[in-house]
Amino acid sequence: MEFPEGLKYSKEHEWVLVEGNTATIGITEFAQAELGDLVFVELPEVGEKIVKDDPFGAVESVKAVSDIYAPVSGMVLEINDVLPDNPETINDDPYGDGWMIRVKLSDQDDLKDLMDEDEYGEYVAQQKDDDDDDEDEDDESEEEEDEEK
Amino acid sequence: MAATLKRTPLYSAHRRAGAKLVDFAGWEMPVQYQGVIDEHLAVRRRAGLFDVSHMGEIEVRGAGALEFCQGLSANDVGRLEIFQAQYNLLLNERGGVVDDVIIYRVKADAYFICVNASNSDKDFAWLSERARSDVEVENQSALYGQLALQGPAAVKILAPLTAARLDEIKSFHFAFADVATIRCMIARTGYTGEDGFELYCHADHAERLWDILLTAGAPDGLVPVGLGARDTLRLEKAFPLYGHELDDSTTPLEAGLAWVTKLAKPAFLGREILLKQKSEGVARKLVGLEMLAPGIARSDYPLKKNGRPVGRVTSGTMSPSLEKTIALAYVESAEAAIDNVIDVEIRRRTVPARIVALPFYRR
Repeated sequence: MEFPEGLKYSKEHEWVLVEGNTATIGITEFAQAELGDLVFVELPEVGEKIVKDDPFGAVESVKAVSDIYAPVSGMVLEINDVLPDNPETINDDPYGDGWMIRVKLSDQDDLKDLMDEDEYGEYVAQQKDDDDDDEDEDDESEEEEDEEK
Repeated sequence: MAATLKRTPLYSAHRRAGAKLVDFAGWEMPVQYQGVIDEHLAVRRRAGLFDVSHMGEIEVRGAGALEFCQGLSANDVGRLEIFQAQYNLLLNERGGVVDDVIIYRVKADAYFICVNASNSDKDFAWLSERARSDVEVENQSALYGQLALQGPAAVKILAPLTAARLDEIKSFHFAFADVATIRCMIARTGYTGEDGFELYCHADHAERLWDILLTAGAPDGLVPVGLGARDTLRLEKAFPLYGHELDDSTTPLEAGLAWVTKLAKPAFLGREILLKQKSEGVARKLVGLEMLAPGIARSDYPLKKNGRPVGRVTSGTMSPSLEKTIALAYVESAEAAIDNVIDVEIRRRTVPARIVALPFYRR
């Protein structure tokens, strides 16, 4: 799993590329893999304001819809016009051609809450561990049941 | 994932195959292996193998078995020959659907009912409570593994593994035979709209059968398929899914299942209400929707006509075969005409959709 350096990452699995006062936002490789084949993307309009921690759009797989939460607050400068007709671009290239929106940051302090690539890598590993722990718990409970029998 | 989830005999096989596992009706089940769209298209073009061992199996036997089944279901069980299967609905006294099931007549006085995983306990209780002294009802769900081999290559893949004459097993018929030395009930049934088989075997042999089929079918493109593609495949064919298109308050006439509802057969639970509905007409109907602008209508999204609520979506997806966005929905009967355009409220937007004939996909 790839987490490019130089990007900032949110707990909701968005990445942010900060260039001066502009932030480019997309979803991480981990997020696209969890979602599966994407078939629809809903993005805000240029000029719209997005608010940190509020949904600014949605991605849909064949099975389900998932909100995309704003990792920062700001005004939308540009959206990726390729995505509405080719949502699978996010699956193919989440950090490149699959970028979603560019915003003008309204508060640089928002960036303090984001993780760097190492912290995000650990965060993802932790989430996977939690899943594995659940598996272990399952196994244990099964063993207990077996003993009861 | 909660520690209480049940697992099928194929759980280890799914882990080995790299499946993404989810909670489905209390079962830890594979939603996908490689990807929903690829798996969907594999079933339409070649073949797919599904683990459907979570489905329930209930046997009803005894001198009164036929009369008992007739009294609790919509379709005419009396038409079933031995080795024949039938899509049917268990009904409650309100004409609502307790479950949609497949009834297999295995002997003159024994029926084997395959029920939805989510309804397995409910159905068993429902049937047991109503059983009379000349009927035995047994929940055999834990005994069985169930695999569905579906797709145009299904016959070619299965034929070399069994002595059963597959060409003599017609649609909605079955036979008992060995598949690679594993005793199976081989039923020409399924839930994908493709030709194929559902194989019932002893739970202890399910994993071996799974491995043998996948190995034998690999040259013909057979792949394991998860519940994600199972849902998109059934939706293209407009097969109802319990909890979405069907539930205890929905009648078969509302759900477009009049073809399963034999009002002239001997008396059954809910019949009076269905007769009344038939003569007076139903207030709402299940329809197919094709979206006219980008957006996916999901379960429970509201439907409006000129701003007035007229119904709700029950299932929706992007159709991998048709490359269109489709949905099933209940709408007021007055708005249910083909080609009528209504609005779907999709989160912050309103997206127009056209009512179309069902099924969406034809083989």
